[in-house]
Amino acid sequence: MDPILLARIQFAANISFHILFPTVTIALGWVLLFFKLRFNRTGDAAWMAAYRFWVKVFALSFALGVVSGVTMSFQFGTNWPGFMEMVGNVAGPLLAYEVVTAFFLEATFLAIMLFGFGRVSNRVHTAATALVAGGTSLSAFWILVLNSWMHTPAGHEIRDGVVHAVDWWAIIFNPSMPYRVAHMLLASGLTIAFLLAGLSAWRWLRGDASAGVQKALRTGVVLAAALIPLQILAGDLHGLNTLQHQPQKVAAMEGVWETERGAALRLFAIPDEAARTNRYEVAIPNLASLILTHEWQGEVRGLNEFAGQHPPVAPVFYAFRIMVGIGVLMLLVSWVAAFRLWRGGITRPLAWALFGMTFSGWVATLAGWYVTEIGRQPWLVTGILRTGEAAGPVPAATIGLSLALYLTLYAALLAAYIATLFHLAKRPGAPEPEALGGRDPLAPLPAE
Amino acid sequence: MAETLPPGAWLPIAFAALMGISMLLYAVLDGFDLGVGILLRRTEEEAMRDRMVASIGPFWDANETWLVLGVGLLLVAFPKAHGMILTELYLPVVLMLAGLILRGVAFEFRAKAPAAQKPRWDLAFQGGSLVAAFAQGWMLGAYILGFAPGWGPLLFSLLCGGFVTAGYTLLGATWLIWRGEDALQRRAVAWARHALWVTVAGVVVVSIATPLASARIFDRWFGLPQLLGLAPIPVATAGLVLVLHLALRHLPRADHRLDWVPFAATIGIFVLCFQGLAYSFWPYVVPERLTIFAAASAPESLAIILVGALAVLPMILGYTVFVWRVFGGKAKALSYG
Ligand code: HDD
Ligand code: HEM
Ligand code: HEM
Repeated sequence: MDPILLARIQFAANISFHILFPTVTIALGWVLLFFKLRFNRTGDAAWMAAYRFWVKVFALSFALGVVSGVTMSFQFGTNWPGFMEMVGNVAGPLLAYEVVTAFFLEATFLAIMLFGFGRVSNRVHTAATALVAGGTSLSAFWILVLNSWMHTPAGHEIRDGVVHAVDWWAIIFNPSMPYRVAHMLLASGLTIAFLLAGLSAWRWLRGDASAGVQKALRTGVVLAAALIPLQILAGDLHGLNTLQHQPQKVAAMEGVWETERGAALRLFAIPDEAARTNRYEVAIPNLASLILTHEWQGEVRGLNEFAGQHPPVAPVFYAFRIMVGIGVLMLLVSWVAAFRLWRGGITRPLAWALFGMTFSGWVATLAGWYVTEIGRQPWLVTGILRTGEAAGPVPAATIGLSLALYLTLYAALLAAYIATLFHLAKRPGAPEPEALGGRDPLAPLPAE
Repeated sequence: MAETLPPGAWLPIAFAALMGISMLLYAVLDGFDLGVGILLRRTEEEAMRDRMVASIGPFWDANETWLVLGVGLLLVAFPKAHGMILTELYLPVVLMLAGLILRGVAFEFRAKAPAAQKPRWDLAFQGGSLVAAFAQGWMLGAYILGFAPGWGPLLFSLLCGGFVTAGYTLLGATWLIWRGEDALQRRAVAWARHALWVTVAGVVVVSIATPLASARIFDRWFGLPQLLGLAPIPVATAGLVLVLHLALRHLPRADHRLDWVPFAATIGIFVLCFQGLAYSFWPYVVPERLTIFAAASAPESLAIILVGALAVLPMILGYTVFVWRVFGGKAKALSYG
């Protein structure tokens, strides 16, 4: 097999595995801080029970994030040596800043956050929690700056075939950075919101109606309901930004082959790249033009304008629909759940729906990244470096071997992670109010 | 040397030094973590295993970050060398990463997965530590020989794998002498005695092989007058080995005041070996092929990293000391707040 293809699959497998865990930890750090602050303020043991359970999830996710992240940091050299040789002058400092400002901070204070309770004052413990949360967000910021620069490079010049940094401000605040950072942080928040709600709903369905479970479920539902409209807005703005800088990516996302006015929004289709057309199209007239240009008759440029220069259409097209589809589902479920909680309590079917959405954030996040990254092809760094040019000299058989090793390891670890989450959730939490004769706070009031 | 340096050479030199220090810190810090992992299943007692893991639990993540910084600095400061070295070392790197993955996740899984699975995660913990340590030694061996192809060099690299494993085991055992109590401490003394002699053999073999592998390195060590100036390195190493040997015969002591001595002496040996290697390879970043000056990135990019690093490193040092103090003394059981 082609070594470049293998290297790409390996990179995609590694980063897809890695991103799952930062997505959890970035937002969960802030949620833990929220639990801790609520406990400090109210003295209500239920907040501490919620903290105790979710800090375990955090520790487990963090460990998986760290080990897969260390793997990522070697990938550049082992598989894409051409990348660093060409753009190292920009990518290097950004990665270095991530290590020295974020990684050390979070890795060191994690010890206090996890094991320091009772060894340091409550104040210091709360501060450590805040520093870890800040550190994870800072990591995300730096790496997304780099990734955004690869999509929309700015602030550099090319001398002797190598990229040189000219203006760091322009590099960091490159055109797509604010949109990508906002969209990714919101994605992390939504992933956690549905994980909180889903796992708590599962515990509730199994009869654990303790106050800690209830607090986590409420937090999850309210967070989800608050973030999803923002996410849809941010996604829309992100798409408009992409239309400006990478129009061929948007054409692939929308499945538009010919440049047209009043383009329809394709809800479903099977893009056929050989015939350069869509099959079985289900579409709403004019809507794509309205969304992208804010005019009914606005012009949308088609893929045929970029022949030979656009990404493979089908994966981008499908992945985009998965992401947006989940976004709409999230809106529906979280608002219904928030409404039900406000009006009394959740029902079993609703709890099952929340449980079904437990990992929806992961799926949407991965789908989003596939849109972004596959949509960038054939460029690795837009207009500067093609993916194939960055590959190294390692033979296909060797890469095949390492790929097989990673895939086995990742599949086993992912299964172990999910199994362990549910195992932790099975352990009884705080004393159950029902067992003590109290009322189940999540169930609707019985009709009088 | 100074008169032959190219202009603006101080930046690559500063980065080579920073990178070397990160690698050394990594070897020492994660070395004791890996060593404890390698020793984990030498005892059947679950409580003792838990205590061993608890002794490194608060530190391992930050310790491993020095590896990320070291390889990151190689990548950012010497991109050409980074590609060359990592593609040459592809296999041991993959092995090391697999080992580090297993070791890292086993920390969490052994405490959180169903109890029946705990022995399995202990196996992953030990196996991962062993594979990672061995792979790092393999890399060191291949690097020393300048990535020479063939079976002989491969054999030498594998031998180095064994030696580095022994060195880390020694670090881990002496760490447990410092941080452990009672039965654990007594076991650790016995483990350290065994590891010491393999480590010494390793230091001797590598010290003989390095000058033989390259005429340049040979001249660098055995020409006069350098030989006289360099003599303190091997002499001090021998002295520390003697200290270790004596300490291990007299520990544990009732007053526990000297528990830290073996660990400190082992670190001393690591530092001296590192100095010797650094002296041998200077100014090459890829032995005999690429000097740090030829491999360096553009100065303006190096300068901006240096500014950031110098601003932040004191902070990192500060909070690292703070955390070491919070978790100082004999290891206690760890539990979440
Ligand atoms: C919970 C996760 C999640 C949800 C519900 C959505 N997204 Fe998203 N999306 C992401 C998570 C994500 C992401 C993983 O975070 C991506 C990948 C790269 C990025 O910046 O964000 C992304 C990329 C991404 C892109 C590609 C940007 C580019 O690189 O050119 C667009 C146009 C959108 N999103 C638009 C939307 C819209 C219109 C949504 C409305 C429902 C939506 N996303 C929901
Ligand atoms: C975080 C979630 C991410 C996911 C799920 C993801 C996914 C992917 C996928 C699927 C590809 C392969 C595209 C193809 O070959 O057709 C790819 C390519 C790539 N991405 Fe990302 N990516 C992510 C983030 C990042 C970030 C943050 C960076 C940079 C710092 C990055 C750098 C690259 C590089 C260098 C490639 C080139 C290798 C290749 O084309 O396979 N990615 N990514
Ligand atoms: C090519 C891309 C990437 C590389 C080389 C990389 C590297 C790393 C490394 C080495 C670590 C471990 C840090 C430690 O020792 O504490 C790590 C953790 C982390 N990474 Fe990545 N990473 C990449 C992509 C991403 C992306 C796309 C995100 C998120 C948007 C991200 C966010 C984080 C966060 C928040 C952590 C710390 C928390 C955790 O481990 O869960 N990284 N990464």
